[in-house]
Amino acid sequence: MAFLELDKLSKTFGSHLAVDGLTLGVEKGEFVSLLGPSGCGKTTTLQMIAGFVEPSGGSIRLEGRDLLAVKPARRGLGIVFQSYALFPHMTVAENVGFGLEMQGVAAPERIKRIGETLELVGLSAFAGRYPRQMSGGQQQRVALARALVIRPQILLLDEPLSNLDAKLREEMQIELRQIQRTVGTTTILVTHDQAEAMALSDRLVVMNHGRAEQIGPPHEAYERPATPFVASFLGRTNLVGGATVRPEKISFAAQGLAGKVRTRIFQGNHWLYQVETTDGLVTVIRQNTGEAMPAEGEAVHLAWGAA
Amino acid sequence: MKSAPYLLSLPALLLFAVIVVVPLIMTVLLSFHDWGQYKGIEPVFILKNWHEVFTDSYFLEMFWRTFRIAFSVTVLAALLGAPEAYILNRMKSPWRGIFLLVILGPLLISVVARTLGWALLFGGNSGLVNKALASIGLIDAPLPFMFTETGVIVALTHVLMPYMVLAVWAALQRLDPQVENAAVALGAGPFTVLRRIVLPQVMPGILSGAIIVFALAASAFATPAIIGGRRLKVASTLAYDEFLNTLNWPLGAAVAVLLLIALVAIVVGLSRLVERRYAQVFG
Ligand SMILES: Nc1ncnc2c1ncn2[C@@H]1O[C@H](COP(=O)(O)OP(=O)(O)OP(=O)(O)O)[C@@H](O)[C@H]1O
Ligand SMILES: [Mg+2]
Repeated sequence: MAFLELDKLSKTFGSHLAVDGLTLGVEKGEFVSLLGPSGCGKTTTLQMIAGFVEPSGGSIRLEGRDLLAVKPARRGLGIVFQSYALFPHMTVAENVGFGLEMQGVAAPERIKRIGETLELVGLSAFAGRYPRQMSGGQQQRVALARALVIRPQILLLDEPLSNLDAKLREEMQIELRQIQRTVGTTTILVTHDQAEAMALSDRLVVMNHGRAEQIGPPHEAYERPATPFVASFLGRTNLVGGATVRPEKISFAAQGLAGKVRTRIFQGNHWLYQVETTDGLVTVIRQNTGEAMPAEGEAVHLAWGAA
Repeated sequence: MKSAPYLLSLPALLLFAVIVVVPLIMTVLLSFHDWGQYKGIEPVFILKNWHEVFTDSYFLEMFWRTFRIAFSVTVLAALLGAPEAYILNRMKSPWRGIFLLVILGPLLISVVARTLGWALLFGGNSGLVNKALASIGLIDAPLPFMFTETGVIVALTHVLMPYMVLAVWAALQRLDPQVENAAVALGAGPFTVLRRIVLPQVMPGILSGAIIVFALAASAFATPAIIGGRRLKVASTLAYDEFLNTLNWPLGAAVAVLLLIALVAIVVGLSRLVERRYAQVFG
């Protein structure tokens, strides 16, 4: 029996089925991502675990106990909201300390733990600031610290990085993964960014229209997608010779499928090609190794392994 | 071309000057003129009126009463209006609109009509409420309401409440509901969320509502005129009396100008205080 179990969890809004019979077991210490396009029910699922949305059907169990019978304020979960939802009228230290205060932790112990947690997220110097006086990335880390400091049984993250610019997001991904590893908290991340989900998670739950299309490790979901939706959602795909092939698995060779380069786009660490073939337009991604690559209009042959 | 904005706003500035600044200056000048029972207004420059206003305890008491009433009305409006706005904000779709209309509707009715309503309910022996309470034996004598400070405060609070509700409502609209959820997730009960999360965030709204209500209450005329009458005078009704009954315009002008100065000083001072207090937090 898993640490957290969602069993045929459903939610309908009026006649709209937002979450449709989701069954998922999360192990203790595991990092699981709910991944899917906008409106597929990720936030609704997370809010049902948090207790802010009441399920229309199914059950949620934490360590075998019925979580739905527990009030949201008593669930002891750490939540990072998409909008951060920091308390604007409290300083960073007060924000982080609020949960401890609610747990009745005495002041000296509270101050110690606030200090430790702020250090963990690298914000020790900002304890006296108000959220308004901080950047998006810093606010995001305050939200994380506020959720972590109560030592939650589960950490729920709703698109915590989506408001950050690309570079900061990448830094925060690494940091988030590191912190989660250090603390060992069971974590559920909601995101629509497949790269982020694959970079961070032990397992992915690829959702579409309220259903889980595939649950498994990122590598497995990428290499052996269970459905065409999963294949196309986790990166680009080509349909060549009746098989689905990832663009980076196709190479230029002396013989193979004949074609002509239509466009060539340089993307720094790789080249992105569109090649016209008898099987239609094929996307090819080649690593930039510094070697000369086929130019636009050039005749090429494409080869790929029997994946 | 730089002068274009100024040129464009010239008509409005002129209008403002003609209908506000000029009468104001004339009132100030008037307050320095002399007046006598038989000689009327004499356009000389003397400090008689100002001396009288500042030394006669009658005026001191009247100004003290004016601001005491305004302060009580402000506190009452905040205590009743803030929860009212909060409940309104929690209501579901059709009811919210209906009750918003009920609360703001009185703004569409004349202040005189609303105040007369109170007079009808509580006015002496013939007041409806007094009659009802007396008939079921709860009271022997009619509740004192007319010509009392309590009466003026109650009626003014009723009249000015919508401004407070609107100010707090606007502040509540800006709140992120997820912030309340965040507090709940951290273990806060409903009352703690209200006291520690919602109230501090809408405090600027309550304070700005309080400033509006205070200014309107201190300068209100119709309600104190009807409920307080000539027995319980406040600054505005006193100035009115000096102008229209005693015909001592210069003294009335001194009272009116002093009310204006005191009010501007209090309102500006309070706004500054509020701004400074919250600049760091809400920016
Ligand atoms: N309170 C609500 N009332 C009615 N419908 C809702 C409500 N909340 C969500 N929905 C609907 O349920 C579906 C799932 O919403 P949800 O917020 O879970 O999506 P999501 O996967 O988090 O999307 P996004 O990536 O855009 O945040 C959507 O179609 C949405 O319109
Ligand atoms: Mg969402």
